[in-house]
Amino acid sequence: MSMLRRGFVTGPVIGALWMLVLSVTVAVAMSFATGEAFRPSVSLSLLWGGIAGAATVAVRQSRVAQIGVVLVVVALTLLDIGPLQLGEATSMFARITGATLLAGGFAISLVPILDEITPGALGRHEFEAAVIRFLTGFGYIYFTAIVMIPFYVMVMTSLKSQSELIQNPLDFSIDLSRGTDLFRSYQELFADFNFGTYLLNSFFISVLTVFITLAFAIPGAYAVARLRFRGQAAFSRSILLIYMVPMIVLALPIYIAFSLTGLRNSFVGIVMIYPVTTIPVALYMLQGYFRGLPSEVEEAGLMDGLSRLAVIWKITLPLSLPALASVSLYVFMIAWNEFLLAFMLLDDPSRFTLTRGIAALNSSEIPRQHLMAGSVIATVPIMALFLCLEKFMTKGLTAGSVKG
Amino acid sequence: MADAHPPSGTGPLAKREARLAWGLLMPTITAVAIVVVLPLLAIFWISVKPVSLADLRAPEAVVREDIRGNLEVAGDEAQIRYRLRNSSQDRAILAVSFSDVIPEGVVVQSVDERCTIDERRLQCDLGDWDAGYRETLSIPVIVEQTYLDNGLRPQDSAALVEGQSSSVLTNGDFTLDNFARIFSGEEFVEVLLVTLFYTVFGTIGALLVGLFAALLLNKSFKGQGILRGLYLFPYVAPVIAVAFAWLILFDPFSGSVNALLVQMGLTQEAINFFGERPLALIMVTIFEIWRYFPLSFLFILARMQSIDADMYEAADMDGASPFQQFWYLSVPQLLGILSVLFLLRFIWTFNKFDDIFLLTGGNAGTRTLTVNVYEQAFAISNIGAGAAVAVVIFGCLLTFSIFFLKYISREEGL
Repeated sequence: MSMLRRGFVTGPVIGALWMLVLSVTVAVAMSFATGEAFRPSVSLSLLWGGIAGAATVAVRQSRVAQIGVVLVVVALTLLDIGPLQLGEATSMFARITGATLLAGGFAISLVPILDEITPGALGRHEFEAAVIRFLTGFGYIYFTAIVMIPFYVMVMTSLKSQSELIQNPLDFSIDLSRGTDLFRSYQELFADFNFGTYLLNSFFISVLTVFITLAFAIPGAYAVARLRFRGQAAFSRSILLIYMVPMIVLALPIYIAFSLTGLRNSFVGIVMIYPVTTIPVALYMLQGYFRGLPSEVEEAGLMDGLSRLAVIWKITLPLSLPALASVSLYVFMIAWNEFLLAFMLLDDPSRFTLTRGIAALNSSEIPRQHLMAGSVIATVPIMALFLCLEKFMTKGLTAGSVKG
Repeated sequence: MADAHPPSGTGPLAKREARLAWGLLMPTITAVAIVVVLPLLAIFWISVKPVSLADLRAPEAVVREDIRGNLEVAGDEAQIRYRLRNSSQDRAILAVSFSDVIPEGVVVQSVDERCTIDERRLQCDLGDWDAGYRETLSIPVIVEQTYLDNGLRPQDSAALVEGQSSSVLTNGDFTLDNFARIFSGEEFVEVLLVTLFYTVFGTIGALLVGLFAALLLNKSFKGQGILRGLYLFPYVAPVIAVAFAWLILFDPFSGSVNALLVQMGLTQEAINFFGERPLALIMVTIFEIWRYFPLSFLFILARMQSIDADMYEAADMDGASPFQQFWYLSVPQLLGILSVLFLLRFIWTFNKFDDIFLLTGGNAGTRTLTVNVYEQAFAISNIGAGAAVAVVIFGCLLTFSIFFLKYISREEGL
């Protein structure tokens, strides 16, 4: 450990690892953006990164070090002995962009990471702070990449054609000259595959689920939170136990019952089942919120002659609008994303929900850009809702202790 | 005044409050009982029944009628045919009868001995039908001018059929074959091991990755909100959309990841990520981690932000290094939420079905208990065996729940 805690060891080690991280990142990013051949070289990345790290520690003149590093890395990359190796056929533009991105990113970020690292022996603080800054940088890149790549691939695949996809699976660049033809998969989904209907079906089912859930959960939550009755504590604890029951275990008897009674393939059946899967969590979230409201306000209402139900309607509910918004959003999300029950209970294409419709697209005859376009259609509304109302949503997710 | 004492027992006010409480809870209790408790009981019942997917369609007495003959002028002869059939090939229907209305202007010449005709109303009692029973009943008729004019045909009025059939679901046949079948063979051990691997590593992985993400965002800077929203995407998006995105990304023939790996020289030939043992199991576990780290991240972040900042300042003054602060201050503070999250996530990962079903369909060594329910019930069409697996799952969950209830009371905040 103490060997590591010397400026001339820490600097090059962190520099080398950081160069490796960045060259992999730039190679992956450039590959996905242009489809051309970029490849990080592990040994050269470590070598040049180490040298740059040592130089940064030695020079201690950040501006000078930065400019020097940029120039050297760009030159090395273009000479093909840099951290980033380029294929023969790579265009000049892509070469220069890749090299500049890597060099610029590296130079700008390395100096702050190695801030306070001096050539001699280091204190524990400076050393660990530098390591943490390195890990933080790595973390941002890592998480952003793992979250973004699947969604990026989803959107870009939906805009391409089958032949383009087979030709170069890495080429996600978009030919803007195709104009509205880019959205052909979407047009076909809406025109030939009834996705308009599915979208409406999903929307209505989700909204209905929200209302039914609230109608059941609000009185229940109020009773558990405010009224005294025998078994109150046991009740509030056992609500969550319902979530311990896996959906597939319930889905089997429900499937049988619906088959026998002819409720399969009907909205009534779906709308009967969905709310019950969401009522317990809604009840749990709401009772937590109701407990937090000052009971004096309600007591004042009672003293003034309101009945309990009137108190709930006129005092408690207006006060808990933010919580109701969170719960509604959360329930909407569960109903919108629900797959298992829709898959098992709906066979009739005119009654599909979006998730069921996408499942039907998963066949070898249907090109996969259609599958991805369908996925985008299902994802965009829920994401838009989420981004607009992020505050409520995050609160809802945290408060609900959340079903998985 | 000597015997004044506070009232004991429940007064009328308290009673009224309790009544109101139960009244308010009643809709929820009823709904949950119908959709959760009833199916759970049904699972136990079905698990000891020899029931297959085909048994769900009750045997049906099918009657099709038509009229045959050259009908051009009044007085022409024709035959009304009733084609009768038992739709089931292996179960009988008892006491079948049907009734029908003969259209106006059709004169019935004679009827089968099992049938009677009253005005225009035909009633037939056909007795018991064996499995796969078929018969054609013909009734000779003569048509009059009214029939030719009004255009009402015999098939326009549907025949009403009645009959009783016994269903495997409700009769008294019981069997332990379902359990014998699922417990026999190495398959069951493999399913258990796969479930255990998936659950344990999926849970721990999601917790650790979530902890790392929370540490990253536990400081305020510009764009923190955006990043926080972004990191929740995997959880918020519909599972079917992200599962298919992963499948396409890791496709062995035209997937981007394989192309990338080949280009970077890490592999010579394409890797079938979701089709090879044991890689497929590792991949579905990684998918689980990817999809659920946002949840742990959100909870851990919420807990971190409620830790008092003074403590860290004091530690800083005492010369504790950042790692020491994390290990000796943050970790003990987070242990509560981490253990609750572990328990919850453990159970939910154990229950997870959609993800594996969509990614591999339970092939290539990824069949967990929940996927096995579907596999037995629908792929092998043996509903009884599926229910038996469900009973096993339920038993495991009961055990977990005992632990859960013991710990949840400690962390009331969740």
